[in-house]
Amino acid sequence: MKLHRINALVQRHLFLYRRSLPRLMEIFYWPFLDLVVWGFITVYLMKFQGQLPGVVTFFLGALILWDVLFRAQQGITISFLEEIWARNLMNLFASPLTPGEFLTATMVLSVFKVTAVAFVMAVCALVFYDYNVFVIGLSLIPFVLNLIIAGWIIGVLTTSIIMRYGQEAEVLAWGMVFLFQPISCVFYPIEILPRWLQTIAWGNPAAHIFEGMRLVLTTSAFPGEHLAYATGLNLLYFVLMVGWFHYTFNVCKEKGLLVRVGE
Amino acid sequence: MTDNCQPSSPIVEVKNLTKRFGEFTAVDGISFDIQPGEILGLLGPNGAGKTTTIQMLLGLVTPTAGSIRMFGLDLATHREEILQQVNFSSTYISMPYSLTVEENLRVVAKLYGMADITRRIDEMLKKVEMEDLRTKVTRRLSSGQMTRLTLAKAFLTEPKVLLLDEPTASLDPDIAHKIRALLKEVRRSSGLSILYTSHNMKEMEEMSDRIIFLQKGKIVAQGTAQEITQRFGQRDLEDVFLKLAREQ
Repeated sequence: MKLHRINALVQRHLFLYRRSLPRLMEIFYWPFLDLVVWGFITVYLMKFQGQLPGVVTFFLGALILWDVLFRAQQGITISFLEEIWARNLMNLFASPLTPGEFLTATMVLSVFKVTAVAFVMAVCALVFYDYNVFVIGLSLIPFVLNLIIAGWIIGVLTTSIIMRYGQEAEVLAWGMVFLFQPISCVFYPIEILPRWLQTIAWGNPAAHIFEGMRLVLTTSAFPGEHLAYATGLNLLYFVLMVGWFHYTFNVCKEKGLLVRVGE
Repeated sequence: MTDNCQPSSPIVEVKNLTKRFGEFTAVDGISFDIQPGEILGLLGPNGAGKTTTIQMLLGLVTPTAGSIRMFGLDLATHREEILQQVNFSSTYISMPYSLTVEENLRVVAKLYGMADITRRIDEMLKKVEMEDLRTKVTRRLSSGQMTRLTLAKAFLTEPKVLLLDEPTASLDPDIAHKIRALLKEVRRSSGLSILYTSHNMKEMEEMSDRIIFLQKGKIVAQGTAQEITQRFGQRDLEDVFLKLAREQ
């Protein structure tokens, strides 16, 4: 693993962000729009505060944390798509760059993206809805770290599928994460799900994070068990997904797909 | 025809290289080598296996059988060390459109861990006559300018082996002539070895020390341009090409 190669790839994308309006919108405009829409819904629900205590904290907190996961996933997948769109994959993989360095660079980029998005959303929530995301307390830090890793896992999975099946699978870059949303229990507690789906949801690290968030907000207790499960599952899936990416990369080289992925 | 190289330890050694995609055999057990400082022309009709061969030499496609050694190392096990000293250019690739010419070259230089990047970029832009395009966004380059940029990218990293897939295909005759002169000059000054494909037979004759003629993934002829034309009893390389291509 050579740092200069990771740094080169990170710099390539930072050059891009400097003059690409759509890429800047990903960081500033879309998260802001999400917050505005969900903020208004929350304001409306506040009228029923009696029936739904702490509705603002639940919804806006959940929304901001969901965006952390979503943007972490996009940081990886969109970076890969950028290379396809620019017909640059051959330049990269005919260089000494390794698949592991490529993935690491996209993960660094996703951290940049998540930091910027979380900052924009936290500030907007404070200014427009008087909501301070730090009400979640110190648990916020392990929550965010776990959600970033959960986002990476989905990002690596999506990227592997796009690499294997080509540009016709590119719609998954935006859609794949939403396959996991129902079992992430972002806006509702896990017991709302049918029992069979609850079993599946407990295998999803993100569900543990959002359950943990609700536990903190309702009881102020530290969600140690949820965090332990989320971290363990994340580590397991992360290792599996990185292995899957390397396997897919080699299959693509066998089948000659790596040089045709942008066609 | 340029000056011949004296045989020495080959810088590239390809043995029984084969690539099958399902039932289709793109490259069928070819063997060749490239000497230090040699320009080897790879000639053949569309679908002959030239591009697949180059892609295997770049580690982008895994061979079904056979071996590729460069600098005495096996590509399958020493990919990073080998690719650090190899670069390529092709009419069929591009560079990130939203970056300027200089930004693109800077990223490539960093990717290969080069030092003194600004000076190298200055030199390369001068060599390919793109100094005035330095701050231009790549999206706004003409196809000829894009080809020159990909050549600059290939030269920038000071490779010992350069793989060129139809490098002058979209260039006007003046720039194509300058690029050929540049290639010869770099070869003379640095001992660069080049694998070269082109559909321009005159260019092949001018540039290549030796030529390999591929057809249906197999080597059907090899030698100097003169040897090949004599062997097939033809007037020039273009006539050999037409004869072989029409025999398919």
